[in-house]
Amino acid sequence: MTPILQVRGVTKRFGGLTANNDISFDVAEGEILSVIGPNGAGKSTLFKLIASFLKTTSGEVLFRGNRISNLAPHKVAQMGVVRTFQETTIFRSMTVRENIIVAHHLRSKASLLGFFLGTAQARADETEFGASADDIIEFLGMEAIRDELASNLPQGHLRALGMAIGLATNPTVLLLDEPFAGMNHDETMRMVSLVRRLRDERGVTVLLVEHDMPAVMKISDRIVVINFGEKIAEGTPAEIQSNEKVIEAYLGSEDAAIGM
Amino acid sequence: MNTNRLIGVGAFLIAVFVIVPLLIATSGRWDFYYTLTSVALLAIASAGVWLTFYIGRINIGQGAYALAGGYVSAILVTKAGFNFWVTLPLAGLFCAGLAVLIGLPILRLRGVYFAMVTLVLTEVGRLSALALPVTNGAKGITSIPLPGELSIFGLTLIPDFATLQNPKLAFYLAAVFLMVACYAALYRIVNSRLGHLCRSLQQNEELSASIGVNTAYLRVLTYSISSFFGGIAGAMFVAISQSIYPSSFQVADSVNFMLNCFLGGLGYVFGPMLGTLMLYFGWDLLFTTGRYQLLIYSSLLIILMLVLPNGVLSLFERKGGRK
Repeated sequence: MTPILQVRGVTKRFGGLTANNDISFDVAEGEILSVIGPNGAGKSTLFKLIASFLKTTSGEVLFRGNRISNLAPHKVAQMGVVRTFQETTIFRSMTVRENIIVAHHLRSKASLLGFFLGTAQARADETEFGASADDIIEFLGMEAIRDELASNLPQGHLRALGMAIGLATNPTVLLLDEPFAGMNHDETMRMVSLVRRLRDERGVTVLLVEHDMPAVMKISDRIVVINFGEKIAEGTPAEIQSNEKVIEAYLGSEDAAIGM
Repeated sequence: MNTNRLIGVGAFLIAVFVIVPLLIATSGRWDFYYTLTSVALLAIASAGVWLTFYIGRINIGQGAYALAGGYVSAILVTKAGFNFWVTLPLAGLFCAGLAVLIGLPILRLRGVYFAMVTLVLTEVGRLSALALPVTNGAKGITSIPLPGELSIFGLTLIPDFATLQNPKLAFYLAAVFLMVACYAALYRIVNSRLGHLCRSLQQNEELSASIGVNTAYLRVLTYSISSFFGGIAGAMFVAISQSIYPSSFQVADSVNFMLNCFLGGLGYVFGPMLGTLMLYFGWDLLFTTGRYQLLIYSSLLIILMLVLPNGVLSLFERKGGRK
């Protein structure tokens, strides 16, 4: 089976600094793949390159064989590769439900003019978005905060909302940027099972960047490790745990404290 | 639309189309027509500025589009013999097109950078009007005929203004009708998906792009609608004053359009309308204070903005409600 996402020799330089150097790996359809690495290894940069929020210096990213690197970000989202954000990026002065409804943009069949005129198609779209938003709210167990203003939410809910926004776009590949950051053990476990259900029940391929090692080991089918902008290992969680280079990368740096 | 809102709209329409003309007829204060017509037209231009606020951009350049719209109409009427009512939408469309060309590069800017470029735009508009051969320089275009008759298939929709006994009333009705149409369109934009996407843009452009919104397109679209409003307001103004000069719309006007939005409330569709009315009449009412007029006026503005940062309409807001 051809991989759904192919990262091919991706390199990114900021002036004299090489953030990513010749990184290549494949993501299979329906897989949960994590990218890990010590602080400053270039994980977030890699993520932005895949979602095309940054332009590559060289190399390319293919989605189902089509190049998506260096396209406008909204085009990449249109094709089905959608990112969520590390920082709790949401539409702050909308309610939870409004956030999710507005994120249904890609599914609208009516044109903007159609929405302005209130055509039958536009109304059908709105009804569908509302129903789908309620589905997502139920899926993520957010019923209690449905009509809460996003700016009033605590962090754990914001992270879930970020994922809900991502889900609303009906992604084929969802890029999760540090979904477990700042969560306690229980919250993390809940998120882990949520990400699994995303894949199992909605067939979403998940690519995630994460620090939290126990969670990564638990959730991932495969793991890619990068250090100083270069890929140093790739394999199943068991393989990664016993990989010399990985152990060295973590133990040989201040980040040993992250704990493997 | 719920019943309360329908009643509100009905009451407003009756007030502007029936009660105001009746009051003016009984009181004999015909000069009020000119004032209220001006308010209606300035409110249209302010509505455009408000729409650019809605995508998170501070627009201090609406004067340039009002000026451009005015000149387009004036030139078409005087040099090409067009009927004014045909030039009105053309002026709007010209400004919308101009806004696409100007907006493509400048809408990438945010915050104070965008504001400064648009501020300069008004001055560029004035200088262009001075320099271009077609605008007749500082002498401007004068003696523009009153709007002619508009008829379709022999059916007279709008009579020739020159034959009317009371063109002031006709201008008032035309301006208010235009204002109602513009605000209805604005209300529809804000409450349809387009408005939701604009709000997403205002709150977080990156996230907006990540959910598949073509942010550059949406920004330019909104800005051109905004400039369309500026253009038709300018054109209508010129028809009333029957003249236009490079100084007809200046930086001060652009700033006023923005202030109208701030004062009325950036979160309310009808904010700029109320803001325009209050600022215009506020200035006139303070006329009796003589040389202290500007001092009192500016102080009041500052106090209002400090006390009501979300605009006058926020006074009426129920908790959690939104228009």
